[in-house]
Amino acid sequence: MSEKIVVRDFNLYYGEKQALIDNNLIIERNKVTALIGPSGCGKSTFLRSINRMNDLIPGVRTSGTIEIDGQNIYGEEQDLVLLRKNVGMVFQQPNPFPLSIYDNIAYGPRIHGFNDKKKLDEIVETTLKQANLWEEVKDRLHTSALGLSGGQQQRLVIARVLAVQPDVILMDEPASALDPIATERLEELIDYLKKSYTIVIVTHNMQQAARVSDMTAFYLNGEIIEYTETNLLFTNPSDQRTEDYISGRFG
Amino acid sequence: MEAKENRERTDSLSESLKKPLPKILRAERRGRVLTYVSSWVLILILFSLIMFITSKGSSTFLDGEVQLANFFSTTWNPGEYQFGALSFILGSLIVSVCAALVSAPLGIGAAIFMTEIAPNWGRKILQPATEILVGIPSVVYGFIGLSVIVPFIRENVGGLGFGLLAGIIVLSIMILPTIVSVSVDTLQAVPNHIRQGSIALGATRWQTISRLLIRTSLPGLMTGVVLGMARAFGEALAVQMVIGNAPNLPFQLLEPMSTLTSVITLNMGNTVQGSAYQDVLWSMALVLLLMTLLFIVLIRWMTKRSDLSS
Ligand SMILES: Nc1ncnc2c1ncn2[C@@H]1O[C@H](COP(=O)(O)OP(=O)(O)OP(=O)(O)O)[C@@H](O)[C@H]1O
Ligand SMILES: [Mg+2]
Repeated sequence: MSEKIVVRDFNLYYGEKQALIDNNLIIERNKVTALIGPSGCGKSTFLRSINRMNDLIPGVRTSGTIEIDGQNIYGEEQDLVLLRKNVGMVFQQPNPFPLSIYDNIAYGPRIHGFNDKKKLDEIVETTLKQANLWEEVKDRLHTSALGLSGGQQQRLVIARVLAVQPDVILMDEPASALDPIATERLEELIDYLKKSYTIVIVTHNMQQAARVSDMTAFYLNGEIIEYTETNLLFTNPSDQRTEDYISGRFG
Repeated sequence: MEAKENRERTDSLSESLKKPLPKILRAERRGRVLTYVSSWVLILILFSLIMFITSKGSSTFLDGEVQLANFFSTTWNPGEYQFGALSFILGSLIVSVCAALVSAPLGIGAAIFMTEIAPNWGRKILQPATEILVGIPSVVYGFIGLSVIVPFIRENVGGLGFGLLAGIIVLSIMILPTIVSVSVDTLQAVPNHIRQGSIALGATRWQTISRLLIRTSLPGLMTGVVLGMARAFGEALAVQMVIGNAPNLPFQLLEPMSTLTSVITLNMGNTVQGSAYQDVLWSMALVLLLMTLLFIVLIRWMTKRSDLSS
């Protein structure tokens, strides 16, 4: 058991409004960590803090630290390109680029200066296989990615993230636009990916959190109320508010 | 008591929802007739215009008045029955293509600045600026060209000042707003999650622009350029004021030249109805029309391609 991401006294403000309050969290390597909590409590905000996508929003201020492999990503010398290459992100809505399937996957390696055709072919094939999509698309790699179904698009986006060889993958409600079968395939994929990656996933679906994650953090109004092993959190929560939430009494 | 009343009200509502009221039906019919009539009037006008120009323009050759070979030659001397319009056709083409080539990078660059780099103040300044540029009448552009650009070229570059170069400069300024606004619309139509997907992979802002945004909106951007080119192609007044209007081939930047539009506007008042000279002007109008149709086909084709890709 080892620490991958260490969050210490982390606060985040959108202008005057504080969205994250004194977050402290240790995310372990090769584990799936789920973030649950009612809408607007700051789950996405926290997720975007781990790859600093919040930097794109004007008026965002932070304090405290988030360390990945011991290095504070909010430190002066942090290279954002490198950070985002190492910390991949899968969004709520599948967002394939309006390019071919092949070019979607090759986009990441190419922007990081990788242009060898043979190598790219190889990356496309292996990542699509890892994302469990290869069999479905191998004959149409050069057709538009927008022609894929929602579930296929979401797996394509995951393959696209894998192609830049991250070691952390953030997923923000990745299954919310998918049907039950596509969701099941995605959950299988997450289970397979955690062997080699550290995964943080936001979900509104308690069953999903219980199924896929090892650790769960319960958020409420920007605070982490409870963070423990998933089994424990769902069977024997130590905080009354957690219990109220998971038993559906609010949120 | 109250409940009963409520039920009655909903009953009459559901009754009226079952079959539309005659009043609604009448308004519906009237609206349909009106739109039908207007669209047929439009089609009729367009069709007769095309018919008129086509018959006028082709009769020149069908009557045997002027040979096609004569028309498509480069000697223009109406007094001697030499009606070579090739220099003007080439003149129109070259001046508008060059204007578009100058304007395209500027216009697309400005659009990228407004949408991607400084959406806040960039839009606040450039948006009204392009709107003003659109609103300025072409005679004003011509006048500025005549009193600023022509003397400037004469003194700093050489020649008389009138000519291809002055035409390109004036036209490229005129079509800039077209290219900017079409490009801005195209870039804004790219959903934000596409940009975020790219940034989240570690792409820089510039990589996102150059490798993703420009590539995916290329058909739309090209549509703007062709639209601008079509506008330059059809412009008469401003061009005529600065190009010098000599029947030369348009291959020298500093030599006076002519375009189809400038020859037509300059001569249509001085020719006798039914003369070969006037008929040749109609033939030039026909060429203009055909080329414009070509531009439109091109634009349609490109926008259809951009629809497919998004
Ligand atoms: N760009 C922004 N500017 C200002 N406030 C924001 C912004 N994004 C989020 N917020 C605010 O921060 C708080 C947390 O939002 P966040 O999106 O992180 O919640 P969430 O837990 O992901 O909710 P959901 O489950 O609905 O996705 C909310 O009160 C929200 O209004
Ligand atoms: Mg969210």
